Amino acid sequence: MPDDEVILEVEDLRTQFKLKHSTLKAVDGLSFSLRAGRTLCIVGESGSGKTVTSLSLMRLIDPPGKIVGGRLIYRGRDLMQLSEREMEEIRGDRIAMVFQDPMSSLNPSFRVGEQIAEGLIAHKGLGQEAARRETIALMGRVGIPEPEARYRDYPHQFSGGMRQRVLIAGAIACEPDLLIADEPTTALDVTIQAQILRLLREIQTSTGSSLILVTHDLGVVAAMADEVMVMYAGKMVEYGTVETIFAAPAHPYTKGLLSSLVRLDDTRESDLQPITGLPPDLAKLPGGCSFWPRCPLAETACRETEPSLRAGGAGHLVACHLAEPVAQDAPA
Amino acid sequence: MSEPLLTVRDLSKHFPVARRKLLGGGDKLKAVDGIDFELAQGKTLGLVGESGCGKSTTARLVLRLIEPSSGEVTLDGQDVIGASESKLRALRREMQLVFQDPLTSLNPRMSVGTNIAEPLRFHGLGSRAERQEMARELLDVVGLKPRDFDRFPHEFSGGQCQRVGIARALVLKPKLVVFDEPVSALDVSIQAQILTLLLSLQRDLGLSYIFISHDLSVIKRIADRTAVMYLGRIVETGPSEALYRRPLHPYTQALLNAIPLPDPKAKRVDDLGVLKGDVPSPISPPSGCRFHTRCPHRMPICSEKNPELKEAESGHQVACFLHA
Repeated sequence: MPDDEVILEVEDLRTQFKLKHSTLKAVDGLSFSLRAGRTLCIVGESGSGKTVTSLSLMRLIDPPGKIVGGRLIYRGRDLMQLSEREMEEIRGDRIAMVFQDPMSSLNPSFRVGEQIAEGLIAHKGLGQEAARRETIALMGRVGIPEPEARYRDYPHQFSGGMRQRVLIAGAIACEPDLLIADEPTTALDVTIQAQILRLLREIQTSTGSSLILVTHDLGVVAAMADEVMVMYAGKMVEYGTVETIFAAPAHPYTKGLLSSLVRLDDTRESDLQPITGLPPDLAKLPGGCSFWPRCPLAETACRETEPSLRAGGAGHLVACHLAEPVAQDAPA
Repeated sequence: MSEPLLTVRDLSKHFPVARRKLLGGGDKLKAVDGIDFELAQGKTLGLVGESGCGKSTTARLVLRLIEPSSGEVTLDGQDVIGASESKLRALRREMQLVFQDPLTSLNPRMSVGTNIAEPLRFHGLGSRAERQEMARELLDVVGLKPRDFDRFPHEFSGGQCQRVGIARALVLKPKLVVFDEPVSALDVSIQAQILTLLLSLQRDLGLSYIFISHDLSVIKRIADRTAVMYLGRIVETGPSEALYRRPLHPYTQALLNAIPLPDPKAKRVDDLGVLKGDVPSPISPPSGCRFHTRCPHRMPICSEKNPELKEAESGHQVACFLHA
């Protein structure tokens, strides 16, 4: 597949949750595209809409949530137009997902190997024995020692890191074009996180698949991303290459996140500069820009009008009345 | 040098493990296995390590919320482990614990103000009006509003609940506060707010902290001294500045190398150091140095003998045969 092929194009995605007295706009008009082999990191705090975005891409939103608008164009086909049955053929086969908590996404009463083999049988039409052999090969490939013996183990017999490898093995079984990983290392110890991040990158290099990585950890973003999308209150507030986002962040929220970060590479003398206030409550969003109550720059315009995304050079996007997107990308 | 506020000597906690075999003694899970440390007045000791290293058990042992298998804990010259029930109750006013999950550690049926005043009532201190007055003062100290007094924990966000938990810990004017992963469940912007608060409280009130975290960046920021734990033992300890600048134990080095930095120019995924394998089970830990199964510098002696914690540089100790 050509390097610059766009494999996913999201247009004006809107996902809402209908509650008794209100409607939460968890994802509110999100548009972006992803090219083959690239890694997009979606970063934000609790309630920013990053997880709902990743579930929406898989059309895995359950009531009271609903995708109320937008197009999800995967290699020329709008996934929103597919029947649930057609979507099932794509899910786990062409687009696969890895969740944060591997224990709750594995069935505790089935053998681990069988859970991986299931996908191969369903999507690739393999027989039992062929699927078993293929599964053992996959388990070896994601670094599970003695895969033949461990095929018959149950999820509780695996450590957290090993369970995450099982999920990854299941997700890559059908060689998807797109892997969506939602906080895949958040529950793991740091040495295990490093192993899993390296594994995700190895898989990507060898299969050419694209990766959407949802995380709150800016260290993980810096290690993995080609492009970065910063979300706040259901909207994209900034988008750019990883170099631009870290070297020349434009949105006050992105800047605030970076300056409130406790860093291993800083000096003790520099003071933390936390963003004041609390992450947004989607049920009580302020008018205008959702970030203005926490923004050090906020002016009258920010309270009155919602800023739209403006583009600079080389794809840098910023939604802020007072910040300019960079004209040129920061050098890599 | 003046007497340290807290001294911990050869502290151990071995949990019995249920097993199916009919004969033979029960297995022991050595959650904490002979650790020593000291904490000076007004300073912070950071305890860092991965899941199962024994850092939370250590916190509970120091406060004697669980009974140690052996060892000594001395707070301000007083024996914590040998103290009688009534003596312990008095000692507990001097040392308080703040938990990771602030919401579940507060009483959901009590207002925030009553939650904060509760330890005073428990210890029979002050009149009702005085207790409420102190709770109001503490709301202000931790950056909450006076009107928050009558609200309930469920109306608060995680960061605000953690402020309430801190206020409740401080209401008895303790000398020592133990924090067990106090910012791990919080968003980045809120983590920074809470850490800033803890640093200023320490400066203003002269508090001593034990700060437990799996996050080395947080420990580096807040701790004067750091102790790195692995499978129930301290493998390296020293002034944070020296330990982070020149980590000596291969495990400390591996931890630091594995952390991604928020700087794409400094470190990309291929630069992350990878330690092979998982942490072994604490029920049957490796012989000798417990890290030898994952250590890139393993020598024959490492699986035979347990390296003692030895001073490598001033105040900086490491348990490793490379530095013996």
